[in-house]
Parts: sequence; structure tokens; C-alpha cells
Amino acid sequence: MTTIEPPARIGLAGGDVEAPPLSPGQMAWRRFRRHKLAMANAVLLILLFVYSFGGAFVYSEAYANYNDTTKRLQPPSWEHPFGTDTIGRDILARTIYGGQISLLIGITAVLVQLVIGILIGALAGYYGGLLDSLLMRFTEAVLTIPGLFLLLIMAKYFTGKVPDITLLGRTYSGSVVVIVLIIGLTSWPRLARIVRAEFLALKENDFITAARATGTPNSQIIFRHILPNTVAPIVVTATLSVAGAIISEAYISFLGLGVQPPTATWGNMITGSTNYIEGAPWLWFFPGLLILLTVLSINFVGDGLRDALDPRSRPE
Amino acid sequence: MTRYVIRRLLQSIPLLFVVSLILFVLLNNIGDPLTMMGGRNPTRPEDRERLARQLGLDQPILMQYVYWLVGNDWTMIDVDGDGEPETPGRRKGVLRGDFGISILTRGKPALDIIWERIPNTLLLMIPAQIVILVLGLGVGIYSALRQYSWVDNAVTTLSFVGFSMPIFLIALLSIYLFSVLFQRWGLPYLPANGMFDPQVGKTAAQIAKHMILPIFAIAFIDVARYSRYVRSAMLEVMSQDYIRTAKAKGLRRVTIIMVHALRNASLPIITLVGLDLPFLLAGAVVTERIFAWPGMGRLFLDHLERSDGAVVMGIVILLAVAVILSQILTDIVYAVFDPRIRYD
Repeated sequence: MTTIEPPARIGLAGGDVEAPPLSPGQMAWRRFRRHKLAMANAVLLILLFVYSFGGAFVYSEAYANYNDTTKRLQPPSWEHPFGTDTIGRDILARTIYGGQISLLIGITAVLVQLVIGILIGALAGYYGGLLDSLLMRFTEAVLTIPGLFLLLIMAKYFTGKVPDITLLGRTYSGSVVVIVLIIGLTSWPRLARIVRAEFLALKENDFITAARATGTPNSQIIFRHILPNTVAPIVVTATLSVAGAIISEAYISFLGLGVQPPTATWGNMITGSTNYIEGAPWLWFFPGLLILLTVLSINFVGDGLRDALDPRSRPE
Repeated sequence: MTRYVIRRLLQSIPLLFVVSLILFVLLNNIGDPLTMMGGRNPTRPEDRERLARQLGLDQPILMQYVYWLVGNDWTMIDVDGDGEPETPGRRKGVLRGDFGISILTRGKPALDIIWERIPNTLLLMIPAQIVILVLGLGVGIYSALRQYSWVDNAVTTLSFVGFSMPIFLIALLSIYLFSVLFQRWGLPYLPANGMFDPQVGKTAAQIAKHMILPIFAIAFIDVARYSRYVRSAMLEVMSQDYIRTAKAKGLRRVTIIMVHALRNASLPIITLVGLDLPFLLAGAVVTERIFAWPGMGRLFLDHLERSDGAVVMGIVILLAVAVILSQILTDIVYAVFDPRIRYD
């Protein structure tokens, strides 16, 4: 594999002079560790994952969906630490299972975004010419439609078109797949532009000319010679996109066009709670706070990653 | 410059064509608008067929798109269903300013419905944008000039919270604090719903009062975003040689910051404003839903939920035009602020 990383420098600490040179990964980790806020938020993010996925061992999914209408809208208590919702379900248990779905949607939607964005960006940047201008015009067209509007239209378009799916003994509303798809399908343009710009610059390098001269097929040049050199901006963009995807899911679900109950997400738990702002603030406070904490920690981690992996792109 | 603008305008025509085609295909499949037309009773099958023919919904999608784009007054349509086109079409098409009729409001032109909402949306969004700009610039410049002071650190952390905040959380929190709790504590509280109190009427004071909370919620998030950009743009400019020269000349600090630094730092800020400009028209979908503000965002949601394609299509096409125009405007303003930029 070819890289254009500069030769690794000797570690900065005085005692390290004798140590072997650091790999790019080690250097990035050193830079990331120095970013204290990012480190603290990486821990917070791990805790949020533990909360959502570890919590499943404390409360069963059946309990999260169990409703007792005699216990509607109860304020937080020992029995129900986050209170109960409008039909008497335990909000704490629902934030656990809702968190799983919200986090999974955030990650898988970004995977969809990565596949589309990298493919379009790489093809446009590598081949150039007519293909480039066609793909970029299409990218521009998608960017011309305000994001949330496009998301809502697509959510409405796919409503009811995907059946429920059962995976690992649990049934997921088909709307989960829809949300993942539409967030992926609408969020790739920015990534495609970044990847294209990287490809445009990298393909002029001598090692690409060398690869061509030795008869390396185009697909190998794209995926084995150029793509590994664009990892830094892609990782940073993808991390920040997870935060964006979680917020997008929350907005669509909040507006009632997203994931449908009984599958809980942090977003759809808040749907309808606007009628209970006064009477039952715990309905919207806890899921809302969890969304904020998750997005906040991902943004901090993404910021730290940018400093660590891609120091040149820093605007300051 | 004129040539550049004309070229950009011409380039936007195929762009809008692609955008409208994508949207048309999507909106053609968002549900059955005819179900809603019978009011309380389900639409009868014979009515359904007649309505579909009248509205052109029985045509293949490509034909529907042509009707939407250029109208159908140049041809005959088949209304009675005998296979013989006999009635002249009456639609003029988007290119002649006819966005079709809203099925939801029984034949009111979609454009009229959209037009009625624009003042409400602008009324909310323009003051919000002014607040955002003033505070964003103020906070951003201040924290750039005192880099790494405690104020700067606090602002940086807060701005992370701000742009990570889902708008419904800050909206609901602000309603709970300023509307619910203030009322409970016997303090003067703010209204959280609608544009005016129906018992008082639509007076300027009422509307202003109802604007405070939605503007606060919108501004909370966007001030964070703006101040971050302003801060980093200012930091970059302040370390330039020409600023040192200005200082060496003994210019007043205010002059250096406001004239020499800010003008050079303004390009990224203009980009940001240019990106947000279309949203003055688009309104704020989530915020308008929460505060029951009768603007564009709510209009879009109401008509999307009930599958009223003409209105939804009209709103998004207008927004796409606004996006393109504000991009061109941004480029023009660039050249005004930075004479080094020339478009040839």
C-alpha cells in the first residue's frame, strides 16, 4: 500500500528520543489524547452506548412496551425513575430501547451515506470529464432541495412500503429501515464533494502514474491506492454525520413521519409530548436530554478526530 | 460580472429541471389524495374515477409532469371517461406561474395558498436572522479577541452545546421555563402558542409577544453556529501581516477590528448567510410545529401529511429557486466585499 504520510517524527516527549518512530496511527492517538474535551466526551459516548445496550440486561423489551393504563403520566418515582408516558409505559426502559434504535440508525445511515458518497465522489474525481460533470450536477440538484424538506418527502414516500422485519428474535418496524435509507440517501452530497476533491488532488501524484504504468486496473487504483489516502477526512466527516443522522431521525420521528410505535426511538418518544409541556415535562425531558448528550459527545469526538487525523483542515 | 450572473442563471435551468423531476416522481407516490376529498365519507368509486380524470391523475407520470410543467390548455382531456378527449384543459403549468390546484382546499390555486403564508414566515424569520447575525458577530468577535480567556472557553463550550441541541428540546425547555414556570411563580410569562391571543386580536403587540419564544429557540442554535464561524474567521485574520501593519501605524483598535479585520473575515460569514437565506422563506419546520406558528414550515407539513402534492411541490420548487438565487447573490456579494475576486 502506498501512502503520502510524511515520515514519522520522533515523539515530542524528551525521553522518547531513543524510541522507534511512531506510526501515523500512534501519532493520531497522541494528538487525540491531548484534546481533553474530546477524550472526556469519548468516555461519555461509551457510557451512552453502555446505557442503551447494557440496559437491555436490566429491563426486557417486553417491559419497555408494556403499558398499564392505570399508571398513565406518572411523575418520576422509585418505581419509574423517569416517569410513565401517556399510555402508562415506563420511560426509563423506553429510553434504553429507543437509544438502541437511535444509535443504530445513526450508524447504519452513515454507512449508507459512506457507500454512496465514496462511490460517487471517487468515480467523479478519478474519471473526470463527462461522468464527473453528470455526477456533480446530480449532487448539486440534491443539495438544492433543503435537507429536512427532502427527508420528510422521502419519509412520506416510503411510508408503509417496507414490511416489518424480524432480526435476532426481535421485531423492528419497517420504518426503521426506511429512516436509515432516506437519511443515507439525502446526506451523501457533502461527503461526495470531499472525496472528489481528495481524488482530484491525489490522482496527480507520481505513485498513481507508476501504478498506471505497471498496468494496475482502475478499480485497484481507486480502492487500494487512492482511497486509503483519503481516510482522514472521510473518518472525520462520517463521525460528525452520525450526530447529524441522529438529529435527523429525531426530527422526522418527532414530526410523526419517522419510526412508528411500538418501536421506540428517542425522537418518537417526544412526538405528541408538546401537549404535555405543562403537565408531564418528564415525557420530553429525558429523551431530549439523551439526544443532546449523544450528539454533543459525537461532535466533540469528531472535533478531536479532526485535530488528530487531519490537522491541515483546521480553519484556525 | 453581468455575463457571469447570466451564465449562472442559464446553468440553473437544467438544475431546476432535474430537481423538479426528482420531486415530481417522489410526490406522485406519497399517498392517495382522493381519499380525503369526500370529507367525512370515503370517496365513492365513481367519483374517484371522475376526479382522477379531471385532475389528470389517470395519466402516465411523464404526461402528468408535462401537464405540471407547461399546462394542458393546448390539448383536450377526457373527463367523462368514454375514451374520447372532449374538454379543453385549463392548466397553465408552472412555467406560466400555475402551480396547480390544492386538492385539500378544494381547488384553491396552490400558489395562492403558499403566498398567503409567506408574510407570516418572513415575520418570524427575518427578526430571527437579524438577532442571529448581531449576536453571532458580537459573540464571535469578542471571543476571538480574547482567545483562551475564560469567556472564550465558556463561549466555545456553549456553542458546542448550541449546535448539538435538537431544536425541539430548547423550544420545549424555553416554553416550560418562560411560559409554564413563570406563570406558576406569578411572574409575567410569555405566550407559547400561535401568533396572537384570539381574545385580544391580531395586534402588533400581541404578535411581537408571541414571537419572542420561537425566535429565542431558533437563535439559540444558530448563534452558536455563527459565533463559531465568526470566531475562527477572525482568529485567522487577526494573525495576518496587514493587521500588524495597521497596529504599527497606530490606528485605533476599533478601526482595526471593524474595518481591517472584519471586512477580511466576512467572506466565510457571507457564505453562511447565503446558505441560510433560503430558510427565511422556508421557515422553521419543527419550531413552527411546536409553537403553532402559521408559517411555511407548518403549511408544508400539513399538506405533506395529507398528500396534497401541488402545494408541497410548489413550496419545494420555490425553495430550490431561492437556494439558487441566494448562491448567485452570495457570489456577487463576495466580489463587492473582496475586489480581488473577479468572475470572467
